[in-house]
Amino acid sequence: MVQRRPEWLTGYSLLSPAIIIMAVMMVTPLLAMVALSFWTQQGFELDRSFTLANYFALVEPSSEPTYWMGIPFPLTYPVPAILLIKSLAMSLAITLAVIALAYPMAYFLAFHVRGQKALWLVLLTIPFWTSYLLRVFAWKIMLGFNGAINSGLKSLGVLTEPLSFLLYNPLAVMITLVHAWVAFAVLPIFVSLDKIDRSYLEAATDLGDSRLRRFLQVTLPLSAPGTIGAALLVFIPTVGDYVTPTLVGGPSGTMIGNLIQELFLKQNNAPLGAAVSITMMVTIGVIVTLFLWLIGFRRLRSRAR
Amino acid sequence: MLFLYGPILLAPLFSVNDSIFATFPLKGFTLRHYAEMANNTGLLKALRNSLIVAASSSLIATAVSVPAAIALTRYKLRGSGLIMTAMSAPLVIPSIIFGVALLIIILRFLDLELTLWTIGASHVFISIPFAMTVLMSRLEGFDKSLEEASRDLGEGAWMTFLRVTLPLAMSGIVSSLLLCFVTSFDEFVLAFFLSGTETTLPVYLFGQLRFPNKLPGMLALGTTILMFSALIVILAEILRRRGVQSNSPGAV
Repeated sequence: MVQRRPEWLTGYSLLSPAIIIMAVMMVTPLLAMVALSFWTQQGFELDRSFTLANYFALVEPSSEPTYWMGIPFPLTYPVPAILLIKSLAMSLAITLAVIALAYPMAYFLAFHVRGQKALWLVLLTIPFWTSYLLRVFAWKIMLGFNGAINSGLKSLGVLTEPLSFLLYNPLAVMITLVHAWVAFAVLPIFVSLDKIDRSYLEAATDLGDSRLRRFLQVTLPLSAPGTIGAALLVFIPTVGDYVTPTLVGGPSGTMIGNLIQELFLKQNNAPLGAAVSITMMVTIGVIVTLFLWLIGFRRLRSRAR
Repeated sequence: MLFLYGPILLAPLFSVNDSIFATFPLKGFTLRHYAEMANNTGLLKALRNSLIVAASSSLIATAVSVPAAIALTRYKLRGSGLIMTAMSAPLVIPSIIFGVALLIIILRFLDLELTLWTIGASHVFISIPFAMTVLMSRLEGFDKSLEEASRDLGEGAWMTFLRVTLPLAMSGIVSSLLLCFVTSFDEFVLAFFLSGTETTLPVYLFGQLRFPNKLPGMLALGTTILMFSALIVILAEILRRRGVQSNSPGAV
Protein backbone atom coordinates (compact mmCIF):
# COMPACT_ATOMS: atom_id res chain seq x y z
CA MET A 1 0.00 0.00 0.00
CA VAL A 2 1.30 3.42 -0.93
CA GLN A 3 1.72 5.76 1.96
CA ARG A 4 -1.19 8.17 2.04
CA ARG A 5 -0.55 11.87 2.31
CA PRO A 6 -2.78 13.68 4.80
CA GLU A 7 -6.10 14.55 3.22
CA TRP A 8 -5.95 18.29 3.82
CA LEU A 9 -2.56 18.53 2.12
CA THR A 10 -3.85 16.83 -1.04
CA GLY A 11 -6.96 18.99 -0.93
CA TYR A 12 -5.10 22.26 -0.68
CA SER A 13 -2.53 21.29 -3.27
CA LEU A 14 -5.34 20.50 -5.71
CA LEU A 15 -6.83 23.91 -4.99
CA SER A 16 -3.58 25.83 -5.19
CA PRO A 17 -3.36 26.61 -8.94
CA ALA A 18 -6.82 28.13 -9.00
CA ILE A 19 -6.20 30.00 -5.75
CA ILE A 20 -2.89 31.37 -6.97
CA ILE A 21 -4.48 32.70 -10.17
CA MET A 22 -7.39 34.21 -8.27
CA ALA A 23 -5.04 35.79 -5.74
CA VAL A 24 -2.76 37.28 -8.38
CA MET A 25 -5.57 38.53 -10.58
CA MET A 26 -8.00 39.63 -7.90
CA VAL A 27 -6.10 40.55 -4.75
CA THR A 28 -3.22 42.41 -6.42
CA PRO A 29 -5.46 44.82 -8.34
CA LEU A 30 -7.49 45.51 -5.22
CA LEU A 31 -4.34 46.08 -3.15
CA ALA A 32 -2.93 48.29 -5.90
CA MET A 33 -6.15 50.30 -5.82
CA VAL A 34 -5.90 50.78 -2.07
CA ALA A 35 -2.23 51.79 -2.30
CA LEU A 36 -2.85 54.15 -5.21
CA SER A 37 -5.65 55.89 -3.39
CA PHE A 38 -3.16 57.03 -0.72
CA TRP A 39 -0.64 58.38 -3.24
CA THR A 40 -0.68 61.47 -5.42
CA GLN A 41 -0.14 62.14 -9.08
CA GLN A 42 2.70 64.57 -9.90
CA GLY A 43 2.66 65.10 -13.65
CA PHE A 44 3.54 61.73 -15.12
CA GLU A 45 5.09 60.41 -11.91
CA LEU A 46 3.44 58.97 -8.83
CA ASP A 47 4.34 60.49 -5.48
CA ARG A 48 4.39 57.45 -3.20
CA SER A 49 4.23 59.23 0.15
CA PHE A 50 1.16 58.45 2.21
CA THR A 51 -1.63 61.01 2.06
CA LEU A 52 -5.35 61.20 2.63
CA ALA A 53 -5.66 64.10 0.18
CA ASN A 54 -7.60 62.06 -2.41
CA TYR A 55 -10.27 61.10 0.07
CA PHE A 56 -10.32 64.61 1.48
CA ALA A 57 -10.89 65.97 -2.04
CA LEU A 58 -14.06 63.87 -2.24
CA VAL A 59 -15.58 65.34 0.93
CA GLU A 60 -13.99 68.80 1.05
CA PRO A 61 -16.78 71.15 2.11
CA SER A 62 -17.67 74.30 0.27
CA SER A 63 -19.87 77.20 1.28
CA GLU A 64 -21.65 77.24 -2.08
CA PRO A 65 -23.58 74.03 -2.52
CA THR A 66 -24.10 72.46 -5.94
CA TYR A 67 -27.66 71.37 -6.51
CA TRP A 68 -28.62 68.11 -8.17
CA MET A 69 -32.28 67.11 -8.35
CA GLY A 70 -32.94 69.70 -5.64
CA ILE A 71 -30.50 68.07 -3.23
CA PRO A 72 -27.73 70.42 -2.06
CA PHE A 73 -24.17 69.06 -2.16
CA PRO A 74 -22.01 71.49 -0.17
CA LEU A 75 -18.75 70.22 -1.68
CA THR A 76 -15.88 71.82 -3.61
CA TYR A 77 -15.67 68.85 -5.99
CA PRO A 78 -19.25 67.49 -5.95
CA VAL A 79 -19.10 65.34 -9.11
CA PRO A 80 -18.10 62.02 -7.45
CA ALA A 81 -20.64 62.35 -4.64
CA ILE A 82 -23.45 63.25 -7.04
CA LEU A 83 -22.57 60.45 -9.45
CA LEU A 84 -22.32 57.94 -6.62
CA ILE A 85 -25.76 58.85 -5.26
CA LYS A 86 -27.17 58.89 -8.79
CA SER A 87 -25.66 55.49 -9.64
CA LEU A 88 -26.94 53.98 -6.40
CA ALA A 89 -30.44 55.36 -7.01
CA MET A 90 -30.43 54.13 -10.62
CA SER A 91 -29.19 50.68 -9.59
CA LEU A 92 -31.85 50.46 -6.93
CA ALA A 93 -34.56 51.26 -9.48
CA ILE A 94 -33.01 48.79 -11.94
CA THR A 95 -32.90 46.07 -9.28
CA LEU A 96 -36.54 46.58 -8.32
CA ALA A 97 -37.61 46.48 -11.97
CA VAL A 98 -35.54 43.36 -12.62
CA ILE A 99 -37.07 41.54 -9.66
CA ALA A 100 -40.57 42.67 -10.64
CA LEU A 101 -40.02 41.16 -14.10
CA ALA A 102 -37.99 38.11 -13.13
CA TYR A 103 -40.13 36.94 -10.22
CA PRO A 104 -43.29 36.25 -12.27
CA MET A 105 -41.18 34.53 -14.93
CA ALA A 106 -39.52 32.30 -12.35
CA TYR A 107 -42.87 31.66 -10.66
CA PHE A 108 -44.45 30.63 -13.93
CA LEU A 109 -41.53 28.36 -14.68
CA ALA A 110 -41.54 26.73 -11.25
CA PHE A 111 -45.28 26.19 -10.81
CA HIS A 112 -46.95 26.21 -14.19
CA VAL A 113 -44.52 24.54 -16.56
CA ARG A 114 -44.65 20.77 -16.57
CA GLY A 115 -41.93 18.70 -18.16
CA GLN A 116 -39.86 20.98 -20.37
CA LYS A 117 -38.50 23.12 -17.49
CA ALA A 118 -34.87 22.80 -18.52
CA LEU A 119 -35.67 23.85 -22.08
CA TRP A 120 -37.41 26.99 -20.82
CA LEU A 121 -34.49 27.77 -18.54
CA VAL A 122 -32.05 27.53 -21.46
CA LEU A 123 -34.31 29.71 -23.59
CA LEU A 124 -34.39 32.30 -20.82
CA THR A 125 -30.65 32.28 -20.24
CA ILE A 126 -29.47 32.40 -23.85
CA PRO A 127 -29.88 36.19 -24.00
CA PHE A 128 -27.65 36.41 -20.94
CA TRP A 129 -24.86 34.56 -22.72
CA THR A 130 -25.02 36.60 -25.89
CA SER A 131 -22.67 39.50 -26.23
CA TYR A 132 -23.36 42.19 -23.66
CA LEU A 133 -22.09 44.84 -26.03
CA LEU A 134 -24.52 43.68 -28.67
CA ARG A 135 -27.48 43.77 -26.30
CA VAL A 136 -26.64 47.33 -25.30
CA PHE A 137 -26.22 48.29 -28.92
CA ALA A 138 -29.55 46.73 -29.82
CA TRP A 139 -31.19 49.23 -27.48
CA LYS A 140 -29.33 52.05 -29.13
CA ILE A 141 -30.86 51.01 -32.46
CA MET A 142 -34.21 50.60 -30.78
CA LEU A 143 -34.39 53.96 -29.01
CA GLY A 144 -32.37 56.20 -31.36
CA PHE A 145 -33.63 59.34 -33.08
CA ASN A 146 -33.96 57.35 -36.29
CA GLY A 147 -34.25 54.11 -34.37
CA ALA A 148 -36.65 51.22 -34.60
CA ILE A 149 -39.32 52.68 -32.32
CA ASN A 150 -39.33 56.11 -33.92
CA SER A 151 -39.12 54.97 -37.53
CA GLY A 152 -41.54 52.12 -36.87
CA LEU A 153 -44.17 54.37 -35.33
CA LYS A 154 -43.62 56.91 -38.07
CA SER A 155 -44.15 54.41 -40.86
CA LEU A 156 -47.29 53.21 -39.10
CA GLY A 157 -48.52 56.79 -39.07
CA VAL A 158 -48.68 57.10 -35.29
CA LEU A 159 -46.00 59.77 -35.15
CA THR A 160 -45.17 62.62 -37.47
CA GLU A 161 -42.05 63.78 -35.62
CA PRO A 162 -39.58 61.38 -34.00
CA LEU A 163 -39.52 61.33 -30.20
CA SER A 164 -36.18 62.73 -29.10
CA PHE A 165 -36.44 61.81 -25.42
CA LEU A 166 -35.89 58.07 -25.90
CA LEU A 167 -32.12 57.82 -26.10
CA TYR A 168 -29.25 59.45 -24.18
CA ASN A 169 -30.77 59.81 -20.75
CA PRO A 170 -30.81 57.91 -17.45
CA LEU A 171 -34.02 56.13 -18.40
CA ALA A 172 -32.43 54.62 -21.51
CA VAL A 173 -29.55 53.38 -19.33
CA MET A 174 -32.01 51.85 -16.89
CA ILE A 175 -34.12 50.13 -19.54
CA THR A 176 -31.02 48.67 -21.16
CA LEU A 177 -29.60 47.43 -17.87
CA VAL A 178 -32.91 45.91 -16.78
CA HIS A 179 -33.02 44.03 -20.05
CA ALA A 180 -29.44 42.88 -19.66
CA TRP A 181 -29.93 41.49 -16.16
CA VAL A 182 -33.44 39.98 -16.15
CA ALA A 183 -32.32 36.64 -17.56
CA PHE A 184 -29.60 36.42 -14.94
CA ALA A 185 -31.99 37.10 -12.05
CA VAL A 186 -34.54 34.45 -13.08
CA LEU A 187 -32.16 31.59 -12.19
CA PRO A 188 -31.68 32.07 -8.42
CA ILE A 189 -35.36 32.95 -7.93
CA PHE A 190 -36.40 29.87 -9.89
CA VAL A 191 -34.12 27.62 -7.84
CA SER A 192 -35.56 28.85 -4.54
CA LEU A 193 -39.15 28.54 -5.80
CA ASP A 194 -38.56 25.10 -7.25
CA LYS A 195 -37.15 23.87 -3.93
CA ILE A 196 -40.33 24.68 -1.99
CA ASP A 197 -41.98 21.54 -0.68
CA ARG A 198 -45.35 21.40 -2.43
CA SER A 199 -46.99 19.84 0.62
CA TYR A 200 -46.65 23.18 2.45
CA LEU A 201 -48.76 24.77 -0.24
CA GLU A 202 -51.32 22.00 -0.06
CA ALA A 203 -51.41 22.33 3.72
CA ALA A 204 -52.07 26.07 3.42
CA THR A 205 -54.91 25.43 0.98
CA ASP A 206 -56.38 22.68 3.16
CA LEU A 207 -56.31 25.00 6.14
CA GLY A 208 -58.44 27.44 4.19
CA ASP A 209 -55.94 30.04 2.96
CA SER A 210 -56.86 31.96 -0.15
CA ARG A 211 -54.42 31.88 -3.07
CA LEU A 212 -53.15 35.38 -2.26
CA ARG A 213 -52.71 34.60 1.42
CA ARG A 214 -50.98 31.35 0.59
CA PHE A 215 -48.59 33.25 -1.66
CA LEU A 216 -47.87 35.95 0.90
CA GLN A 217 -47.54 33.60 3.88
CA VAL A 218 -45.81 30.60 2.38
CA THR A 219 -44.38 31.07 -1.10
CA LEU A 220 -42.97 34.56 -0.76
CA PRO A 221 -41.09 34.03 2.54
CA LEU A 222 -39.70 30.68 1.38
CA SER A 223 -38.44 32.14 -1.89
CA ALA A 224 -36.99 35.23 -0.18
CA PRO A 225 -33.36 34.00 0.01
CA GLY A 226 -33.18 33.36 -3.74
CA THR A 227 -34.92 36.63 -4.53
CA ILE A 228 -32.61 38.62 -2.26
CA GLY A 229 -29.62 36.83 -3.74
CA ALA A 230 -30.80 37.76 -7.22
CA ALA A 231 -31.35 41.36 -6.15
CA LEU A 232 -27.79 41.62 -4.84
CA LEU A 233 -26.39 39.95 -7.96
CA VAL A 234 -28.02 42.71 -9.99
CA PHE A 235 -27.52 45.67 -7.66
CA ILE A 236 -23.81 45.30 -6.94
CA PRO A 237 -22.43 45.12 -10.50
CA THR A 238 -24.83 47.64 -12.04
CA VAL A 239 -23.64 50.46 -9.76
CA GLY A 240 -20.26 50.37 -11.46
CA ASP A 241 -21.41 49.58 -14.96
CA TYR A 242 -19.45 51.31 -17.67
CA VAL A 243 -20.52 50.11 -21.12
CA THR A 244 -24.22 50.93 -20.95
CA PRO A 245 -23.96 54.57 -19.80
CA THR A 246 -21.21 55.12 -22.37
CA LEU A 247 -23.31 53.85 -25.26
CA VAL A 248 -26.87 54.92 -24.44
CA GLY A 249 -26.49 57.35 -21.53
CA GLY A 250 -25.36 60.54 -23.20
CA PRO A 251 -24.18 63.45 -21.01
CA SER A 252 -27.10 63.18 -18.58
CA GLY A 253 -26.90 59.41 -18.19
CA THR A 254 -23.31 59.12 -16.96
CA MET A 255 -22.63 56.96 -13.93
CA ILE A 256 -19.78 56.52 -11.48
CA GLY A 257 -18.08 53.94 -13.74
CA ASN A 258 -17.63 56.60 -16.41
CA LEU A 259 -15.99 58.92 -13.90
CA ILE A 260 -13.57 56.19 -12.81
CA GLN A 261 -12.60 55.50 -16.40
CA GLU A 262 -12.15 59.20 -17.08
CA LEU A 263 -10.01 59.85 -14.01
CA PHE A 264 -7.76 56.90 -14.85
CA LEU A 265 -7.38 57.29 -18.59
CA LYS A 266 -8.26 60.82 -19.68
CA GLN A 267 -7.43 63.03 -16.72
CA ASN A 268 -4.44 60.86 -15.79
CA ASN A 269 -5.26 61.06 -12.11
CA ALA A 270 -5.16 57.40 -11.10
CA PRO A 271 -4.91 58.11 -7.34
CA LEU A 272 -8.13 60.11 -7.31
CA GLY A 273 -9.77 57.46 -9.53
CA ALA A 274 -8.63 54.79 -7.08
CA ALA A 275 -10.07 56.77 -4.17
CA VAL A 276 -13.40 57.03 -6.02
CA SER A 277 -13.33 53.27 -6.76
CA ILE A 278 -12.59 52.35 -3.16
CA THR A 279 -15.29 54.72 -1.89
CA MET A 280 -17.76 53.15 -4.31
CA MET A 281 -16.94 49.59 -3.26
CA VAL A 282 -17.02 50.44 0.45
CA THR A 283 -20.37 52.24 0.04
CA ILE A 284 -21.86 49.26 -1.78
CA GLY A 285 -20.46 46.92 0.87
CA VAL A 286 -21.94 48.98 3.71
CA ILE A 287 -25.35 49.23 2.01
CA VAL A 288 -25.49 45.49 1.30
CA THR A 289 -24.40 44.56 4.84
CA LEU A 290 -26.91 46.95 6.40
CA PHE A 291 -29.67 45.64 4.17
CA LEU A 292 -28.95 42.00 4.99
CA TRP A 293 -28.74 42.79 8.68
CA LEU A 294 -31.99 44.75 8.64
CA ILE A 295 -34.03 41.97 7.07
CA GLY A 296 -32.36 39.27 9.16
CA PHE A 297 -31.00 37.31 6.21
CA ARG A 298 -29.55 34.46 8.29
CA ARG A 299 -32.91 33.77 9.86
CA LEU A 300 -34.61 33.76 6.47
CA ARG A 301 -32.10 31.38 5.01
CA SER A 302 -32.22 28.90 7.87
CA ARG A 303 -36.01 28.85 7.69
CA ALA A 304 -36.00 28.05 3.99
CA ARG A 305 -33.88 24.95 4.52
CA MET B 1 -39.95 36.69 -23.54
CA LEU B 2 -40.70 39.41 -26.06
CA PHE B 3 -38.86 41.90 -23.87
CA LEU B 4 -35.89 39.52 -23.65
CA TYR B 5 -35.60 38.61 -27.29
CA GLY B 6 -37.18 41.59 -29.10
CA PRO B 7 -34.24 44.00 -28.99
CA ILE B 8 -31.69 41.28 -29.72
CA LEU B 9 -33.57 40.14 -32.81
CA LEU B 10 -33.37 43.65 -34.27
CA ALA B 11 -29.72 43.03 -35.16
CA PRO B 12 -30.39 40.02 -37.43
CA LEU B 13 -33.40 41.83 -38.89
CA PHE B 14 -31.52 44.97 -39.91
CA SER B 15 -28.44 43.01 -40.96
CA VAL B 16 -30.30 41.61 -43.98
CA ASN B 17 -31.98 44.94 -44.76
CA ASP B 18 -30.75 46.55 -47.98
CA SER B 19 -29.96 49.99 -46.52
CA ILE B 20 -27.21 51.56 -44.47
CA PHE B 21 -29.66 52.90 -41.89
CA ALA B 22 -31.29 50.75 -39.24
CA THR B 23 -34.77 52.18 -39.72
CA PHE B 24 -38.26 51.03 -40.61
CA PRO B 25 -39.75 50.53 -43.17
CA LEU B 26 -37.47 47.74 -44.32
CA LYS B 27 -36.04 48.12 -47.82
CA GLY B 28 -35.32 44.69 -49.21
CA PHE B 29 -33.55 41.48 -48.43
CA THR B 30 -29.79 41.29 -48.98
CA LEU B 31 -26.86 39.23 -47.84
CA ARG B 32 -24.22 41.64 -49.10
CA HIS B 33 -23.30 42.81 -45.59
CA TYR B 34 -22.34 39.25 -44.80
CA ALA B 35 -20.37 38.90 -48.01
CA GLU B 36 -18.43 42.08 -47.23
CA MET B 37 -17.37 40.68 -43.87
CA ALA B 38 -15.30 37.99 -45.51
CA ASN B 39 -13.09 40.62 -47.19
CA ASN B 40 -12.54 42.80 -44.13
CA THR B 41 -8.95 42.17 -43.01
CA GLY B 42 -9.25 44.17 -39.75
CA LEU B 43 -12.25 42.14 -38.76
CA LEU B 44 -10.65 38.82 -39.64
CA LYS B 45 -7.59 39.71 -37.60
CA ALA B 46 -9.72 40.63 -34.58
CA LEU B 47 -11.63 37.38 -35.02
CA ARG B 48 -8.38 35.40 -35.08
CA ASN B 49 -7.22 37.18 -31.91
CA SER B 50 -10.52 36.48 -30.19
CA LEU B 51 -10.36 32.80 -31.07
CA ILE B 52 -6.79 32.51 -29.76
CA VAL B 53 -7.60 34.31 -26.51
CA ALA B 54 -10.86 32.43 -25.95
CA ALA B 55 -9.38 29.02 -26.72
CA SER B 56 -6.33 29.42 -24.50
CA SER B 57 -8.11 31.12 -21.60
CA SER B 58 -10.89 28.53 -21.54
CA LEU B 59 -8.34 25.71 -21.57
CA ILE B 60 -6.32 27.20 -18.71
CA ALA B 61 -9.38 28.17 -16.66
CA THR B 62 -10.83 24.66 -16.96
CA ALA B 63 -7.49 22.99 -16.32
CA VAL B 64 -7.04 24.75 -12.97
CA SER B 65 -10.72 24.45 -12.05
CA VAL B 66 -10.89 20.65 -12.38
CA PRO B 67 -8.51 19.94 -9.45
CA ALA B 68 -10.02 22.82 -7.47
CA ALA B 69 -13.54 21.49 -7.97
CA ILE B 70 -12.40 18.00 -6.95
CA ALA B 71 -10.79 19.41 -3.82
CA LEU B 72 -13.92 21.32 -2.84
CA THR B 73 -16.31 18.44 -3.46
CA ARG B 74 -14.24 15.45 -2.33
CA TYR B 75 -12.18 16.70 0.60
CA LYS B 76 -13.30 18.18 3.87
CA LEU B 77 -11.25 21.36 3.98
CA ARG B 78 -11.21 24.16 6.45
CA GLY B 79 -12.28 27.45 4.87
CA SER B 80 -13.79 25.89 1.76
CA GLY B 81 -16.89 28.06 2.11
CA LEU B 82 -14.73 31.16 2.22
CA ILE B 83 -12.72 30.00 -0.80
CA MET B 84 -15.90 29.46 -2.80
CA THR B 85 -17.22 32.90 -1.90
CA ALA B 86 -13.92 34.52 -2.82
CA MET B 87 -13.90 32.69 -6.13
CA SER B 88 -17.31 34.02 -7.10
CA ALA B 89 -16.29 37.62 -6.28
CA PRO B 90 -15.41 38.47 -9.91
CA LEU B 91 -19.06 37.92 -10.76
CA VAL B 92 -20.16 40.83 -8.59
CA ILE B 93 -17.25 43.27 -8.45
CA PRO B 94 -17.65 45.65 -11.42
CA SER B 95 -15.13 44.63 -14.06
CA ILE B 96 -14.13 48.24 -14.65
CA ILE B 97 -12.36 48.12 -11.28
CA PHE B 98 -10.26 45.17 -12.40
CA GLY B 99 -9.84 46.71 -15.83
CA VAL B 100 -8.28 49.97 -14.66
CA ALA B 101 -6.38 48.38 -11.76
CA LEU B 102 -4.77 45.72 -13.95
CA LEU B 103 -3.97 48.37 -16.52
CA ILE B 104 -2.12 50.45 -13.93
CA ILE B 105 -0.27 47.42 -12.59
CA ILE B 106 0.84 46.28 -16.03
CA LEU B 107 1.87 49.67 -17.35
CA ARG B 108 3.13 51.49 -14.27
CA PHE B 109 4.32 48.83 -11.82
CA LEU B 110 5.48 46.01 -14.05
CA ASP B 111 6.37 48.09 -17.08
CA LEU B 112 5.02 45.45 -19.45
CA GLU B 113 3.33 45.96 -22.77
CA LEU B 114 -0.32 45.30 -23.43
CA THR B 115 -0.66 42.22 -25.59
CA LEU B 116 -3.14 39.45 -26.19
CA TRP B 117 -1.52 37.76 -23.18
CA THR B 118 -2.75 40.44 -20.82
CA ILE B 119 -6.30 40.07 -22.15
CA GLY B 120 -6.03 36.28 -21.95
CA ALA B 121 -4.82 36.35 -18.35
CA SER B 122 -7.73 38.52 -17.27
CA HIS B 123 -10.14 36.23 -19.10
CA VAL B 124 -8.79 33.16 -17.29
CA PHE B 125 -9.60 34.92 -14.06
CA ILE B 126 -13.19 35.88 -14.92
CA SER B 127 -13.87 32.43 -16.41
CA ILE B 128 -12.89 30.49 -13.30
CA PRO B 129 -16.16 31.18 -11.40
CA PHE B 130 -18.17 29.84 -14.34
CA ALA B 131 -15.94 26.79 -14.71
CA MET B 132 -16.13 26.07 -10.98
CA THR B 133 -19.94 26.26 -10.95
CA VAL B 134 -20.34 23.83 -13.84
CA LEU B 135 -17.66 21.41 -12.65
CA MET B 136 -18.76 21.33 -9.03
CA SER B 137 -22.37 20.61 -9.93
CA ARG B 138 -21.16 17.80 -12.20
CA LEU B 139 -18.86 16.31 -9.56
CA GLU B 140 -21.55 16.48 -6.90
CA GLY B 141 -23.93 14.83 -9.33
CA PHE B 142 -22.39 11.42 -9.64
CA ASP B 143 -22.17 8.54 -7.26
CA LYS B 144 -19.10 8.80 -5.04
CA SER B 145 -19.23 5.09 -4.28
CA LEU B 146 -17.83 4.48 -7.78
CA GLU B 147 -14.62 6.20 -6.75
CA GLU B 148 -14.57 4.38 -3.43
CA ALA B 149 -15.03 1.06 -5.19
CA SER B 150 -12.08 1.81 -7.42
CA ARG B 151 -9.89 2.59 -4.43
CA ASP B 152 -11.06 -0.52 -2.61
CA LEU B 153 -10.13 -2.59 -5.63
CA GLY B 154 -6.58 -1.34 -5.24
CA GLU B 155 -6.29 1.51 -7.73
CA GLY B 156 -4.19 4.48 -6.62
CA ALA B 157 -5.52 8.00 -6.45
CA TRP B 158 -4.17 8.86 -9.89
CA MET B 159 -5.60 5.80 -11.62
CA THR B 160 -8.94 6.36 -9.92
CA PHE B 161 -8.93 9.91 -11.21
CA LEU B 162 -7.96 8.89 -14.75
CA ARG B 163 -10.21 5.87 -15.09
CA VAL B 164 -13.25 6.79 -13.00
CA THR B 165 -13.52 10.48 -12.13
CA LEU B 166 -12.30 11.96 -15.40
CA PRO B 167 -14.54 9.95 -17.74
CA LEU B 168 -17.57 10.60 -15.54
CA ALA B 169 -16.80 14.30 -15.30
CA MET B 170 -16.02 14.64 -19.01
CA SER B 171 -19.37 16.14 -19.95
CA GLY B 172 -18.91 18.76 -17.24
CA ILE B 173 -15.38 19.49 -18.44
CA VAL B 174 -16.53 19.99 -22.02
CA SER B 175 -19.41 22.24 -21.03
CA SER B 176 -17.06 24.21 -18.79
CA LEU B 177 -14.69 24.66 -21.75
CA LEU B 178 -17.56 25.87 -23.93
CA LEU B 179 -18.94 28.31 -21.35
CA CYS B 180 -15.48 29.75 -20.61
CA PHE B 181 -14.94 30.10 -24.34
CA VAL B 182 -18.16 32.10 -24.74
CA THR B 183 -17.39 34.18 -21.66
CA SER B 184 -14.02 35.19 -23.07
CA PHE B 185 -15.25 35.57 -26.65
CA ASP B 186 -17.97 38.03 -25.60
CA GLU B 187 -16.05 39.86 -22.88
CA PHE B 188 -15.64 43.56 -23.59
CA VAL B 189 -14.68 45.73 -20.60
CA LEU B 190 -11.44 43.97 -19.60
CA ALA B 191 -10.41 43.49 -23.22
CA PHE B 192 -11.11 47.18 -23.87
CA PHE B 193 -8.83 48.37 -21.07
CA LEU B 194 -6.13 45.75 -21.51
CA SER B 195 -5.70 45.63 -25.26
CA GLY B 196 -2.75 47.27 -26.94
CA THR B 197 -2.37 47.25 -30.70
CA GLU B 198 -4.00 43.84 -31.05
CA THR B 199 -7.68 43.77 -30.17
CA THR B 200 -10.38 41.18 -29.81
CA LEU B 201 -13.63 41.10 -31.73
CA PRO B 202 -15.87 42.94 -29.20
CA VAL B 203 -13.34 45.78 -28.91
CA TYR B 204 -13.09 45.97 -32.70
CA LEU B 205 -16.89 46.02 -32.91
CA PHE B 206 -17.06 48.83 -30.33
CA GLY B 207 -14.54 50.89 -32.29
CA GLN B 208 -16.42 50.44 -35.57
CA LEU B 209 -19.81 51.32 -34.10
CA ARG B 210 -18.85 54.98 -34.09
CA PHE B 211 -19.05 55.10 -37.88
CA PRO B 212 -22.71 55.13 -38.96
CA ASN B 213 -21.99 53.81 -42.46
CA LYS B 214 -20.37 50.69 -41.01
CA LEU B 215 -23.51 49.87 -39.02
CA PRO B 216 -25.10 47.17 -41.21
CA GLY B 217 -21.77 45.36 -41.54
CA MET B 218 -21.38 45.42 -37.77
CA LEU B 219 -24.93 44.17 -37.34
CA ALA B 220 -24.09 41.29 -39.65
CA LEU B 221 -21.02 40.59 -37.53
CA GLY B 222 -23.11 40.87 -34.36
CA THR B 223 -25.66 38.42 -35.73
CA THR B 224 -22.93 35.94 -36.55
CA ILE B 225 -21.48 36.21 -33.04
CA LEU B 226 -24.98 35.90 -31.60
CA MET B 227 -25.78 32.67 -33.40
CA PHE B 228 -22.36 31.27 -32.66
CA SER B 229 -22.66 31.99 -28.90
CA ALA B 230 -26.21 30.65 -28.72
CA LEU B 231 -25.10 27.47 -30.48
CA ILE B 232 -22.23 26.92 -28.04
CA VAL B 233 -24.42 27.53 -24.97
CA ILE B 234 -27.03 25.07 -26.24
CA LEU B 235 -24.32 22.52 -26.97
CA ALA B 236 -22.91 22.97 -23.45
CA GLU B 237 -26.36 22.46 -21.96
CA ILE B 238 -27.03 19.31 -24.00
CA LEU B 239 -23.71 17.85 -22.90
CA ARG B 240 -24.37 18.67 -19.28
CA ARG B 241 -27.79 17.05 -19.48
CA ARG B 242 -26.45 13.92 -21.12
CA GLY B 243 -23.95 13.67 -18.29
CA VAL B 244 -26.69 13.81 -15.68
CA GLN B 245 -28.65 11.08 -17.44
CA SER B 246 -25.73 8.68 -17.58
CA ASN B 247 -25.77 8.61 -13.78
CA SER B 248 -29.03 6.81 -13.62
CA PRO B 249 -28.68 3.15 -12.61
CA GLY B 250 -28.07 0.79 -15.45
CA ALA B 251 -26.35 3.36 -17.62
CA VAL B 252 -22.96 2.93 -15.96
